[in-house]
Amino acid sequence: MTVLTKEIQQQQASIYREYVMELCNLDVYYGNFHAVRDVNMKIESNKITALIGPSGCGKSTVLRCMNRMNDLVKNSRVEGEVLFQGFDLYDARIDPVQVRQRIGMVFQKPNPFPKSIFDNVAYGLRLLGERNRDVLHHVVEQSLKRAALWDEVKGNLKRSGLSLSGGQQQRLCIARTIAIKPEVILMDEPCSALDPIATLKIEDLMRELKEEYTIVIVTHNMQQAARVSDYTAFMMMGEGLDGEIDESRAGELAEFDRTDIIFNNPSNQRTSDYIKGRFG
Amino acid sequence: MSRKSTVNFSNNVDLNQKLAKRRWKSQVGRFFFRMTLIASLLALLMLAYNILNRAFTTVAIEDTVNPTELSEIPLAELEKAELLLILGDYLSSNQLRILIFERILGAPREDWSDLNTQTLSAIIEVGQYPEDWGTMLVSELEPQQILALLGQGLSQELLVSIVEEKVVEERVVQVWTLTETVFNWQGIEAQVATLYPTTRLEFRFWLNTDFLMTAMHSQPELSGLRTAILGSLWLMTITAAFAFPVGVSAALYLEEYAADTPMNRIIQLNIANLAGVPSIIYGILGLIVFVRAMGFLTNGRTILSAGLTLGLLILPIIIISTQEAIRAVPTSLRQASYGMGATRWQMIYTVLFPKALPGILTGTILSLSRAFGETAPLIVVGSITRITADPQGPLSRFTAIPIQIYTWTAQPQDAFRSAAAAAILVLVVTLLVFNSVAIILRNRYS
Repeated sequence: MTVLTKEIQQQQASIYREYVMELCNLDVYYGNFHAVRDVNMKIESNKITALIGPSGCGKSTVLRCMNRMNDLVKNSRVEGEVLFQGFDLYDARIDPVQVRQRIGMVFQKPNPFPKSIFDNVAYGLRLLGERNRDVLHHVVEQSLKRAALWDEVKGNLKRSGLSLSGGQQQRLCIARTIAIKPEVILMDEPCSALDPIATLKIEDLMRELKEEYTIVIVTHNMQQAARVSDYTAFMMMGEGLDGEIDESRAGELAEFDRTDIIFNNPSNQRTSDYIKGRFG
Repeated sequence: MSRKSTVNFSNNVDLNQKLAKRRWKSQVGRFFFRMTLIASLLALLMLAYNILNRAFTTVAIEDTVNPTELSEIPLAELEKAELLLILGDYLSSNQLRILIFERILGAPREDWSDLNTQTLSAIIEVGQYPEDWGTMLVSELEPQQILALLGQGLSQELLVSIVEEKVVEERVVQVWTLTETVFNWQGIEAQVATLYPTTRLEFRFWLNTDFLMTAMHSQPELSGLRTAILGSLWLMTITAAFAFPVGVSAALYLEEYAADTPMNRIIQLNIANLAGVPSIIYGILGLIVFVRAMGFLTNGRTILSAGLTLGLLILPIIIISTQEAIRAVPTSLRQASYGMGATRWQMIYTVLFPKALPGILTGTILSLSRAFGETAPLIVVGSITRITADPQGPLSRFTAIPIQIYTWTAQPQDAFRSAAAAAILVLVVTLLVFNSVAIILRNRYS
């Protein structure tokens, strides 16, 4: 366990100003199943980092490790370090509740609460104990504007969040997440349940949001990764002894580089095969 | 029933034969299932018939004193003074004194002997009677004085009803069921003419407002359900107040906090088993724990003891139904809440509980309706079958609707069957209301 003295903290904070998160030798187990093996990557601030790869390779698992959502999965175990501004998120002294406030998450399926639009966006602030109506109104309006939803819902914020369309619901979830001003936003296939137009809106939104936030996105859609991300990590099930792909093996990080390099000039053969659609 | 004739468009003989066989099997299945449905509907109809047959009856009523002997004109048109004269003629001075306690003061039976030894001015304000009466003891009052007091304190309608009840004294001598009334009216009339020439026949629905508003009585036609209804209401209040918070908390703990250890799995299994334990066992448990061991708190065989016993009885059902309601909350909502940085408790009360509440309430109402009809544990815990005093609070003795039904059906007088049928109607209608509320809740909110 790392001992974090103040000096080390400051030192690390200066080093990681550019890299807001760093995964070091990350291994994840579900019970006896080794899900992810030895992932090392650095997440640069104010950039969009995409995780791509075939189903079951552990992309979502890695993403959920970044704000300790994996804690909610029974029998899950994490080894290695997930550093956020120099702090190891899996340090025993770190409170996962605080982690999730600073590192927000948007899920695959839009999951607004069965409450009004206003209450959905104000949810995070109310958790923190904010009761002032003016403050709440201000933040709700700002967040909905940032999430490009304000113009569509400003007439009636009392409507149920569930009455919105799928794309609107997902933007509501993004508004809800940015309302508590996290530093990093994790997105787990945020567009997989949406139609192409709603997807484009979310992608535009992501490009705007990266001015203020660092975004990590898991996606099945390679074009999407190519369109929006600055960095791309390609994950892959490990190879067996005979060199064949073995789905029962742990997922590994096959290649991690700038998006244009991954898509145009990958150094790994399997990355190239996957990008060109030879498998997956 | 007739099946559309089908065009055979396949030449595969094997397939056609198999098809006929498969068709035949499903026909047999349909016939069998329909028969079971019809059988259970018939059973229900028989039950309803039995109850209604007893609740609507023809009764032969005999007056102890014929009203025509009392006056030429109908009683209701008599003056106060004439009514008082009739009371004075037919009632002893003691009975008249009781009328003061019962009708003017509304005092319960156990206080009557006390009241007897007090002065008149202590129980009735001066001004309603000559001043020199004030110093007299109640027991020393002359019949004439009592009659004057009654005339002063009661209205003409009340006096009429007192005369009808105490002097005329209607008595039901025989009861004929609805079926007999409809199909054998001549037979009934003939029977009455030979056996009870002095009676008159009257059609009577036993579940009337008087039945709901009056207390238990040794005469079936004067008996009512008020004591039992109040007893059941008190019981349900205590049961719900105990079982709902405890059951819901236990379920929340098991679902959200408890780790998946062998110990917790054993507890879970036991709760499921407890839901199937016969209710009389809970009665014995209640007797030992609440009546005996905790008697200093519960005052023995009281509403509190019985309510807690029924609470224990439905606790496993509430826990299980609450757990199911909690499990039905989508994981995505929990994740959304946790992902926003909610603590476990914040997640529970902002997302989980509101979403699960309709399901929890449905389960609670259904289990309360089960407790409402429970009889065995109440008998063991010790409800009283003959009680005329309304329950005053959790620490008083009580009776309940199912207990009343049980008692009445065991009485020798035929008329008590009709009272029991009326009480069953009250019970069944209440249960229907309970269950409808549960169904509405379930359909509307979950």
